[in-house]
Amino acid sequence: MSSPILKLVAQRVALGILLLLAVSVLIFAGTQILPGDVAQAILGQSATPESLANLREQLGLNQPAYLRYFHWLGGVLTGDLGTAMSSGQDIATSIKGRLWNTLFLAFWAAIVAVPLAIILGLIAVRYRNGWVDKLISGLALASTSFPEFFIGYVLVYFFAVKWQIFPGISTVYDGMPFGERMQAIALPATALTLVVLAHMMRMTRAAILNVMQSAYVETAELKGLSAFNVIRKHAFPNAIAPIINVVMLNLAYLIVGVVVVEVIFVYPGMGQYLVDHVTKRDVPVVQAVGLIFAAVYISLNIIADIAAIVANPRLRHPK
Amino acid sequence: MADTKAKLGQPKSGLLLDIRNLRIEATVFPPGEPPKDIVLVHDVSLTLEKGKVLGLIGESGAGKSTIGLSSMGYGRGGVRITGGEVILNGRDILKGGKDGFRKLRGREVCYVAQSAAAAFNPAHRLMDQVVEATLLHGTATRAEAEKRAVALFKKLSLPNPETIGERFPHQVSGGQLQRVMTAMALCSEPDLIVFDEPTTALDVTTQIDVLAAIKDAIRDTHVAALYITHDLAVVAQVSDEIMVLRHGRLVEWGGTRQIIKEPRQEYTNALVSVHEIEHQEQKPGTSPFLSVKNVTAAYGRSHIKVLKDVSVDIYPGQTLAVVGESGSGKSTLARAITGLLPPEQGTVTFDGRALANRLADRPKEDLRQLQMIYQMADVAMNPRQTVGTIIGRPLEFYFGMRGRERDRRVAELLDKIEMGKGFSDRYPAELSGGQKQRVCIARSLAAKPKLIICDEVTSALDPLVAHGILELLLELQKEENVAYLFITHDLATVKSIADSIAVMYRGEVVRYGPKGKVLSPPFDAYTDLLLSSVPEMEIGWLEKAIKGRRMASAGN
Repeated sequence: MSSPILKLVAQRVALGILLLLAVSVLIFAGTQILPGDVAQAILGQSATPESLANLREQLGLNQPAYLRYFHWLGGVLTGDLGTAMSSGQDIATSIKGRLWNTLFLAFWAAIVAVPLAIILGLIAVRYRNGWVDKLISGLALASTSFPEFFIGYVLVYFFAVKWQIFPGISTVYDGMPFGERMQAIALPATALTLVVLAHMMRMTRAAILNVMQSAYVETAELKGLSAFNVIRKHAFPNAIAPIINVVMLNLAYLIVGVVVVEVIFVYPGMGQYLVDHVTKRDVPVVQAVGLIFAAVYISLNIIADIAAIVANPRLRHPK
Repeated sequence: MADTKAKLGQPKSGLLLDIRNLRIEATVFPPGEPPKDIVLVHDVSLTLEKGKVLGLIGESGAGKSTIGLSSMGYGRGGVRITGGEVILNGRDILKGGKDGFRKLRGREVCYVAQSAAAAFNPAHRLMDQVVEATLLHGTATRAEAEKRAVALFKKLSLPNPETIGERFPHQVSGGQLQRVMTAMALCSEPDLIVFDEPTTALDVTTQIDVLAAIKDAIRDTHVAALYITHDLAVVAQVSDEIMVLRHGRLVEWGGTRQIIKEPRQEYTNALVSVHEIEHQEQKPGTSPFLSVKNVTAAYGRSHIKVLKDVSVDIYPGQTLAVVGESGSGKSTLARAITGLLPPEQGTVTFDGRALANRLADRPKEDLRQLQMIYQMADVAMNPRQTVGTIIGRPLEFYFGMRGRERDRRVAELLDKIEMGKGFSDRYPAELSGGQKQRVCIARSLAAKPKLIICDEVTSALDPLVAHGILELLLELQKEENVAYLFITHDLATVKSIADSIAVMYRGEVVRYGPKGKVLSPPFDAYTDLLLSSVPEMEIGWLEKAIKGRRMASAGN
């Protein structure tokens, strides 16, 4: 690795950390502007002013906001996300299992969706403007245009209710055998795949088509390479940066955007956890989950940036 | 090499390529009209013997490249071969279908493109690309192919032939890439190479090296070649025969000597004698109206100075030509004068007072006095505006002209550039390259400037069209008493238009003075190299020029 790359990568990482700090301020500020406070929420409408004051004192809510922010941030940095008000449980402990479940689901959805999208994109370019291209684009766009709850319920109707191949409710528990776990997530993973497929596939197609205009693609054709090898060997490596970008955006979506799908399939992941606690107005949990989502989003985008830098031969092999 | 390859079922005669009544069509989609088919090549026939070089010459749109690529069964964009036969090694390749084309491309026929910098894939190392076709067609193992490639790198006198293949395209200069591309074409030991303007994008001092390397390689490997170019002087150095094409039709076909010495067709004659414009140099006036004094400039915070202590003067109604290779700082000088790149040191004075360094600090009147014309006329105009709007814009902006008054002035200007009033409603896309450049000239004249900076304004044009533009510029200079700062790499153009000349090399003015003095001996080493590198329409010029050189070119 040469120094210009290291410098660019260090810049991106530093920017990412700065961004994450800014987001944490926003999240904290956002939850502060909401009407009512935690003490009010815990004690409910019938609380006496004395008990409210006592609880505020106890929770440290009388301190100025910036002190509370640093207190919260310090906790986050040491792995202490606070305590959920509704259940009194440690947030870090209850998130751990949930986060793992969400990542498990996102991982398998990505394993299917990313290669499938790229291969479909390559095929679409190979047969561009022909019926194969139009069929692929049409189906992919249709699957993206439907809202994910609709896709989810259609899948449940056919695969769970009518044919009874997969369970309609994705219950998972600790120590569940791998095979059963996979069967449980089959439907939500499929729904997620269908949602993110078209975006990546269209981007792959567009990025490669853009490169197909280049003189070096003509050179490859004039060497006698087959159409598919021209695309795979000569066009794809130069289209990789925009493709990685859109793939990472969709991976981020698989993790932070699963709220609806998790709720439909009653899957015990981060999304469902978030929705539960939003309804309970459990501010510390919402803050913690929001911050984790932001961190995932930012880090995946940093990875995309870095991958795009590393994919550029001019930066990898300076003059 | 190529001659040792055993080919069965091949005719005994030396005939390699026999194109008969070739007809090539394309579908065009004019705006607002239904798509229609146009004929690009009309029944052209040619033959090429083994080991011979045929030069295809003509202006853009003559069908040179289209005919060249037809020998590989390839059509750019929607171009289709709709008639005739292309007989290569005794068989009609047009009957072979897609698989047949794939088998001959990169094996029997190879291609060398105009811009090797664009034709190499930036993502792969040079060696992988050079041996790719050889490995694909299975004519050699990887080790053999790489050995062959290194030998070719040596033959083409590339630096570090053993290791240059490990480099990526962006790590190698344009002239070297062009030679690597020639090695790539030779590596699979084809019978025919199509050279498509292989030296056009190079500097004149680099072109001569690449040309010599290509010529040697052709001679030593006995490969046959179609050499496509618009430059007769270049093609005269490498070809055995020359075919002149125009609008997709054959004009004249004959031996190289006959074409350049005794052309039989009027059009060929025009091509051969195109460079001559007699321009008597004017004596510099008493005081220059624009002086560049000791200007030093760099891009960004870079330590590399693109201009080093440059001083030149421009006199009213005269032309200062700035000559040099790419990267010598010619265009940067123009940017410094116009204020687009504020100089780090030095000043630009205009009518006795210093101009503000930054464009944003200059008053409108100063902006009006300095106008620019660019190399690429089509990207210098808004494609969504009509010619009338484009020329009328400076009239509105500088003089506040409106309505009839403006339209009358636009018509006057169109008349000056020898285009009729009818062009006022046209869009740039409906004009030819030369017409576009004329509109740009009219736009700059509309401001009634004292100085027009012409940045390679004829470089993208065909010789005959460029000739017309130069004549127009000279005439306008007489009528309007406008001065030109004429930036070019083409010495023939300089002779035709300049009153004084500044030769630039690596950011410095190495030679400066009246035209007559700059162009007469004794020369400094660089000016000598520059002058001796301009191709002359003489057979054997190349060898003489290479022998007589005092310094090696920089960017080869």
